[in-house]
Amino acid sequence: MTPDRWIALGWLRDVPARGARRIVTADGPMAIFRTSDDRVFAVEDRCPHKGGPLSQGIVHDSAVTCPLHGWVIDLEKAAARDPDNGCIKSFAVRISAGVVEILLPRIKAAAE
Amino acid sequence: MAEKLIVIGNGMAGCRAVEELLARAPGRYEIAIFGKEPELNYNRIMLSPVLAGEKSFDDIVINDAGWYERNAIVLHAGVEIVAIDKAARLAIDDRGGRHSYDRLLIATGSNPIMLPLPGADLAGVISFRDIADVRAMLAASTTGARAVVIGGGLLGLEAANGLRARGMAVSVVHLVDTLMERQLDEAASFLLKRELEARGIDVLTGASTECIVGDRGVRGVRLKDGRHIAADLVVMAVGIRANIALAKAAGLDCGRGVVVDDHMRTSDLSIFAVGECVEHGGQTYGLVAPLWEMCKAAADALAGIEARGYRGSAISTKLKVTGIDVFSAGQFGGGNDTEDIVFRDAAMGVYKRLILAGGRLVGAVLYGDTREGNWYFQLVKDATPIDSMRDSLIFGQALFAGSGQNPKSAVSALPDASEICGCNGVCKGTILRAIGEHDLKSVEDVRRKTKASSSCGSCTGLVEQLLVLSLGDDFVPGAATKPMCLCTTLTHDDVRRLILAKEMKSIPEAMQELDWTTPDGCGSCRPALNYYLLCAWPGEYVDDKQSRFINERAHANIQKDGTYSVVPRMWGGVTNPRELRAIADVADKFRIPTVKVTGGQRIDLLGVKKHDLPAVWADLNAAGLVSGHAYGKALRTVKTCVGSEWCRFGTQDSTAMGIRLEKMTWGSWMPHKFKMAVSGCPRNCAEATIKDFGVVATEAGWDLHVGGNGGMRVRATDLLCKVTTDEEAIEYCCAFIQLYREEARYLERTAPWIERVGLNHVKAKLVDAPQTRAALATRFLHSQKFFQVDPWAERAEKRRDRREFAQLMGTA
Repeated sequence: MTPDRWIALGWLRDVPARGARRIVTADGPMAIFRTSDDRVFAVEDRCPHKGGPLSQGIVHDSAVTCPLHGWVIDLEKAAARDPDNGCIKSFAVRISAGVVEILLPRIKAAAE
Repeated sequence: MAEKLIVIGNGMAGCRAVEELLARAPGRYEIAIFGKEPELNYNRIMLSPVLAGEKSFDDIVINDAGWYERNAIVLHAGVEIVAIDKAARLAIDDRGGRHSYDRLLIATGSNPIMLPLPGADLAGVISFRDIADVRAMLAASTTGARAVVIGGGLLGLEAANGLRARGMAVSVVHLVDTLMERQLDEAASFLLKRELEARGIDVLTGASTECIVGDRGVRGVRLKDGRHIAADLVVMAVGIRANIALAKAAGLDCGRGVVVDDHMRTSDLSIFAVGECVEHGGQTYGLVAPLWEMCKAAADALAGIEARGYRGSAISTKLKVTGIDVFSAGQFGGGNDTEDIVFRDAAMGVYKRLILAGGRLVGAVLYGDTREGNWYFQLVKDATPIDSMRDSLIFGQALFAGSGQNPKSAVSALPDASEICGCNGVCKGTILRAIGEHDLKSVEDVRRKTKASSSCGSCTGLVEQLLVLSLGDDFVPGAATKPMCLCTTLTHDDVRRLILAKEMKSIPEAMQELDWTTPDGCGSCRPALNYYLLCAWPGEYVDDKQSRFINERAHANIQKDGTYSVVPRMWGGVTNPRELRAIADVADKFRIPTVKVTGGQRIDLLGVKKHDLPAVWADLNAAGLVSGHAYGKALRTVKTCVGSEWCRFGTQDSTAMGIRLEKMTWGSWMPHKFKMAVSGCPRNCAEATIKDFGVVATEAGWDLHVGGNGGMRVRATDLLCKVTTDEEAIEYCCAFIQLYREEARYLERTAPWIERVGLNHVKAKLVDAPQTRAALATRFLHSQKFFQVDPWAERAEKRRDRREFAQLMGTA
């Protein structure tokens, strides 16, 4: 079995605080969020409601408001906050020497 | 003369729809039913008992030949419709017969999925779908000895049980570790597996089939792990797929199924579809209960009855294997926010698990004792609060009786299912439950929990009455002052006043000083604060980009697919060949899919990719075109008519006035979008009386109108005053905009603002007080010094915020 694989996505300094960046990967678009207190989240860039690009939304505490219809997605839970329901795929993130890295699930890395 | 209805499919859905239709409008249609199978209409879900020998085919016939005769229905059994000619309204059968119709109902059901395994085409490999399959299985069971069923779902297990009951040695090969994993949790699945094994069925979970081996007929199945299982019969029961071939070939919209609306109408107005072949709201259904609901909706539509239609179904599942009672409904995956109530009786082989979330039952898995299944299912569907009965819920409904209702208020007479909020589809019962369950105290609380009254707000009064109904004297309608958002207890007006009084000049400072309850606000208060600060401190306040809605951050309009639209400014709606060429060139160069003329006399380029925006702007800038702010809470368009320059009725040069107003006001940020128009005579071709600020020429000068809106709720303008000179019109325009900028709440258009503060208030500030008017106009022009900067040029030439438009780059 292959070990877990950390993939480097880009520089943390390129992601604004209370903001996000989008990166298109082989598995579809992904959004890297950075909160005001410098926590970083990586999730699929797709609102569970109508597929809106979450990376374009307003970031507040550990949540983002989708630009299309205002769903609020909790990035810690990778799920919509009340009164909406839905969840998104999220990835483990670490910052290594200023670089944002995400953990690709083992099965996926093995398939590559 | 009766209209002709042709039904394609003599199955459960097609015939049920006809039954429902006959009950509503007997004699309205001359009905013909085509069925591919040479059979009467039978109950497909009872095939399992037929296979198991518990019922005969005759037992499961739903409608005998007499039913067709009595209702003058022509049945073409064994005749397949192979094509539909929508234009000619003809259905063409496999013998070349052409049948004309007025209405067509497609009920072609689904096909079993046949895995493309090596050997899948051998004799003895069958599906489990129709009576012919059952007959083939029965034939095999008398001669053969061993059967393998591929698929441990509902259908596969029913097949396995039936074949075992017929005396065959049966193995079930299932890909995942849990039998019926879509319906059962692990515990129930384990009990089921044990029971099946006790009946002599060999259950292989986590097993993947590599191929089916044999020469002329099936000899066995080989698994990927190398195991070989001998077999004379292989039943593939891995799922079903909507049968849409006919509909698709006819050009009807199809996804996974034939796409239908709530009235089961396809993309062709004369063609309806019901059953397993349809896709409704993105869902396809393979169970019988949703089919019945669809048939009712289709029958209503065919009978011309106004009804609410089909709205999708919650689903419950029962396994039809005699002696094994399994039931599941709703969700049972669990999660952080759910809790379980579990009951086990090992001796009786009973397992019950109820899944609760937010004081409601959200799912149930029952094994061994499924008597209360339907009651639990109802609680799930109705989202009934169960706090009061939580302790004994697991023992069933006998313990509980219904509760009464307060008959005082008018809304109490409404049934729970009646819709209160049309915008968000929230019904009375939902609101009442939310009030009770979450201890809601205000309209704002209700909005937050249910969305009712959160869009157009026209149902706010009803929501207040529901609060009165629930809380009695504890709720005083309209008494609560509405806070700006959930991050603060202060109102919009309080916040604005305090920003000025305390001279707060940044968002973090305002949040700190005003005791915000969240670390950095929310998607609602941040843009509002940003606006209030930039309006209060022009030239001083540093705009916070991250508090701008994406459209204002990217200076383009986000579309539903994540692309953007770009609208260059056309001053007063006037353009020229050079600008048009530049727009055409940009559309070609960047392969912009849609070019559309807007209602505001400009041109919209739709479908621009975000990373192309700076280059698009650079090209437009080169031709002299600038941002039209079509994306912003800002001055949008100034619509004009051609006025006295060309029009034989024109009394003033409305085009020149429009251009002058637009040149003066562009770039100003507002509480909401702001539109203007100038008409050259009272015929008002520029529709100035539904604009935020409308100017209409008269022989004597200009009539100035304010507070119009052509949107969701149309409001004609109020006449502010009449002026005689252009200079007066200009000053009034500036002063009115500034008053709106300083007084209206964020996201409040001029129309509701004027209705809230009253026209007299506006007149008092502008018409009756020349000094106040002049001061407002001066403040407006001062702030314009800082905001009249073309944001496109800033980003295209000076490369400001260029990071915003690029993808995050890899570091490799």
